[in-house]
Amino acid sequence: MLFNAPSPLEVKILTRRLGLPNSASIETNLANGGYKSFEKSLEMTQDQIIQEVKDSNLRGRGGAGFPTGMKWGFLPRQSPKPKYIVVNADESEPGTCKDRVLIENDPHLLIEGCLIAAQAVGAKAGYIYVRGEYRYLIDILDKAIGEAYSRGYLGKNILGRGVDFDLYTHTGAGAYECGEESALLESLEGKRGQPRIRPPFPAVAGLYQCPTVLNNVETYCAVPSIIEMGGKAWAGLGIPKAGGTKLTCLTGHVNKTGVYELPLGFPVEKMINEVGGGIRGGKKMKAFIPGGSSCPVLTGEEAWPLTMDYDSMAKAGTMLGSGGVIIMDETTDMVKAALRIMHFYAHESCGWCIPCREGTAWLKKLLTRLNQGVGTAKDVDLVGDLADNMLGKTFCPLGDAAALPTASIVRKFRHEFEAKLARTLIAVPDMANKPFVIV
Amino acid sequence: MADLVNLTINGRAIQAPAGTLVIDAAKKAGIEIPAFCYYEGYSLQAACRMCLVEVEKMPKLQAACTLPVGEGMVVRTESAPVVKTRKSMLEFLLANHPLDCPVCDKGGECELQDMSFRYGVGESRFTEMKHHVDEKQWSPVVFYDGPRCILCYRCVRVCNEGMGVGALGIINRGEQSLITPNAEDHLDCDECGMCIDICPVGALTSGTYRYRTRPWEMKHVGSICAFCSDGCKTTLGVRGHEIIRGNNRDRSGINGEFLCMKGRYAFDFIEHPARLTSPLMKVNGKFEEVSWSKALEAAAKKFAEVKSRGGKFGIAGSTKTTNEENFYLQKFAREGLGTNNIDHHRSGDVVALVDALDGRADALAAMADVYTMTASLVIGSDLAQEHPLIAFQLRANNRHHHGNTYAVTKGPVREDKYAAASVRCEEGKELEAVEGLREQLSKEKELLVVFGDAIKGEAVGKLVAFGDSLGIPVKYICLVDYSNSRGAMDMGLLPDLGPGYVPVDNPGMTLPEMMAARDLDVLWVVGANPLARHELGSSGAFVVAQEMFLTETAKRADIVLPASAAYEKSGTVTNVTGECQKLHAAGRTMGTKPDLEILGLIAKGMGLNLGIWSSSNVFEEIRKSVRGYNIPLPIIATGQAAQTNPLSGRVRVTPRPDLIQSAGNTLFTSGSLGRYSKKLTSVLEHPGQLYRP
Repeated sequence: MLFNAPSPLEVKILTRRLGLPNSASIETNLANGGYKSFEKSLEMTQDQIIQEVKDSNLRGRGGAGFPTGMKWGFLPRQSPKPKYIVVNADESEPGTCKDRVLIENDPHLLIEGCLIAAQAVGAKAGYIYVRGEYRYLIDILDKAIGEAYSRGYLGKNILGRGVDFDLYTHTGAGAYECGEESALLESLEGKRGQPRIRPPFPAVAGLYQCPTVLNNVETYCAVPSIIEMGGKAWAGLGIPKAGGTKLTCLTGHVNKTGVYELPLGFPVEKMINEVGGGIRGGKKMKAFIPGGSSCPVLTGEEAWPLTMDYDSMAKAGTMLGSGGVIIMDETTDMVKAALRIMHFYAHESCGWCIPCREGTAWLKKLLTRLNQGVGTAKDVDLVGDLADNMLGKTFCPLGDAAALPTASIVRKFRHEFEAKLARTLIAVPDMANKPFVIV
Repeated sequence: MADLVNLTINGRAIQAPAGTLVIDAAKKAGIEIPAFCYYEGYSLQAACRMCLVEVEKMPKLQAACTLPVGEGMVVRTESAPVVKTRKSMLEFLLANHPLDCPVCDKGGECELQDMSFRYGVGESRFTEMKHHVDEKQWSPVVFYDGPRCILCYRCVRVCNEGMGVGALGIINRGEQSLITPNAEDHLDCDECGMCIDICPVGALTSGTYRYRTRPWEMKHVGSICAFCSDGCKTTLGVRGHEIIRGNNRDRSGINGEFLCMKGRYAFDFIEHPARLTSPLMKVNGKFEEVSWSKALEAAAKKFAEVKSRGGKFGIAGSTKTTNEENFYLQKFAREGLGTNNIDHHRSGDVVALVDALDGRADALAAMADVYTMTASLVIGSDLAQEHPLIAFQLRANNRHHHGNTYAVTKGPVREDKYAAASVRCEEGKELEAVEGLREQLSKEKELLVVFGDAIKGEAVGKLVAFGDSLGIPVKYICLVDYSNSRGAMDMGLLPDLGPGYVPVDNPGMTLPEMMAARDLDVLWVVGANPLARHELGSSGAFVVAQEMFLTETAKRADIVLPASAAYEKSGTVTNVTGECQKLHAAGRTMGTKPDLEILGLIAKGMGLNLGIWSSSNVFEEIRKSVRGYNIPLPIIATGQAAQTNPLSGRVRVTPRPDLIQSAGNTLFTSGSLGRYSKKLTSVLEHPGQLYRP
């Protein structure tokens, strides 16, 4: 199922088969150029494949944006241990729904991407870790994997070329934390989904302490077209430092929400007004989150002149992230938005490290109170301060993910907090000064 | 030695071996980097974030507990961002922590209190509702107060890695995270209480101690556990004359981090209601309480009378009394009463081992060797049950040094989990099974052989011959049951061997012979319970028993003299590896006397001169006269262990494997003594289910 009608402004590379009848079936896939890149990769050396991926400037699509070719290059060439391909399909970032669209409509693209990655590093087995809430995608994937086995694209001696590769699906139990790569590996090994101490990184000691390639669904899905077009040509779709296209999930207060494949460097204004059909009801954009709720929030004014790419967003003090664009119009209550975001992270914090476990819970309670208009200006400072105390000090990026949007909302929309507090007259226990003062 | 790396911490140039963690390098240099979750010897956690430090050229603060030292690294542990971070971490920790320090068991010895005092802020900005969960009881001895828990996971790690039990895990996530038994509502474990010791806060509390006193109201007395032969140091918390707590507070004993259920909780036998507190004499077949002077006088009179008419004595010594008492008792028997009819319950064939090793130096292992030797062979013992410290050290060895362990046992043992090879064999076939491991064992660099009573008599000689044939250095531990089983043998509580395994002329009767004899005039039992296993053949014998409880033997006695427990007296004991350690009197029970004093007073009553009966005087005599016991006094006096070496050539006695029988105690049983610990029996009575008092 697709969310939306395609936009004429899209550059349909990964999504080109989406919308075709029976697009998830191997027949449709093969009839429309499927597995051709994999066959091409069988003629290439490992170095050649990795070089093409490096040339493509493909950066990880899960949110961190690490150059994929470089990541693959970290795997030891010779290893006494088996190597693994792991697909991160634990798409849990609020605002993000692209992997789901890819898997649901073109699962063979993902399988093909895995096959090429396996070729590039010499892996014989792969796992697709699907988030618990996406259980229904498991059926689609299992069916596709079954088709690939029966057509000889998976299993022993693939296409009679002496290559072996097995692919398995595995479902999580519904933890956001398991989208973090090392927690995902723990969970995949059957343990509690908690992040690992790094180094060592998965490229050296990943699944079962073996060298592992771990990428996002979209990253793997980009690989077949890179091999097909050539890395440089693929890179040319985007802008110099960030190659290719990116699936962008337009959510929130835009007229045409949906998943659109846009080249990197696509202007925000064009994205919202032309692809997304403008802000709901012709209102003003108050806030803009470029890549899932863990990115610092931009004000509408800040966001309009930007382009959708890694560097432009970094310069504006935020991140491109996973491509989950959240647009909030002027009717949005930013205190409530901050609370909603913190509610999510407090719920999802794994509890491993102190600043995240205690910080998210504290902030949630505090924001709940402030949202009810109970508190003082000091409490608003406290929100920012607590977020600051979490930032960069947690064991894994979840703490940062919780702190960054909160800190930015307090900084940029402080007046909304104050306005809320000004409306409410209520006795507040202000322990820091004297008990029970009327604010 | 690994290569040295140069780094700077707080402006001081420091060298540390490559691979050292910054937190350890700093500690070595006298710089404290605070941490909760980091605990030396267990897996890294990096969860508490207290140890975040500033490292030049690194954008973010780094956790010192997972960061290895690097050449030229510049570390700052007291810079403004570090100090601010610590304050904020403590603020986060205290947010949900109940500030119930005034009633918390841990108050005064709590790491969170100490850290807050040293690094924290004076006031809290947290004004929300605290997250609360109710306290839970997990076992007769372990309670968990969730809100106090800071989730450092030390307990989980010590249970998994240290104990090899894995009874603890985590449920829920985020703020709701809780430590939970893997068996859901109760602990399915050794009840060792290591989780309580290692808990930095008052989350895990001890069933015997909780809410009974404050730590600063107690005197902390380090003594040696009164149960098995491993010789763990236990720190007894004493208020007045009452022992309130046992734990591993100063961790200075040969047991390091370790202490099991017996050392921690089972001290409660001393206040058992059945404890004897007055001498008893049988009048018309019934016990009557009498004064000490009357009882001692009667015993001395009887002994003198039997001695003067050349009557027959039988004397049974103890495996739990001190070296001094044992030495004095055999001296009493041999010099005072002129008999060699003295024996004790033997649980391991140390005599045969001493004989087989033929005076070889360095062939008897110390407890530290269990932790360091590269390979170990365990024969015929379930160590985790019978010798928990040896089992703990073997696991630690495997974890830290990758030492190989080989197990040759009748049934499955805990060592199987990590053993290089586990062999199951029938009783009596152990040596054949060991022979099957020859190829693997001969490839090892060195070997520690730990054997129980499965190997006794001539088999010990064969085992040593096997060890010799491997062509590698081999050390041995002959397992024995009780706290001073080894000392009883060293001190000559044997009919054919005097102190230091020196053969005597005219060997006397063994314990079974004494029991079977029909013509004993006096049976004198000091801290033993032979009548639990044997019938007394001499129906007319006058029985004198020195006991803590009315055991089967004491019930038959004509005079019962109430003895002090090991925790109530001073003296020395020798553990399974021959390490001699000092007892320190902790508690006191009115009406009892230490066995040494009782011996001395009887001797005095008989007009014998056996020397001053103070433990230090007798110990001095032992040092001078018993082979292997010339150990340095300062080591003993400062509460450390000194290994004795009784080896000096062959012991020319006939092997008596028939006399050797281990009781095969478990973690929760310990001969007669164990029956009088309510804590031990409470665990036995409620196996695998939640104890409800």
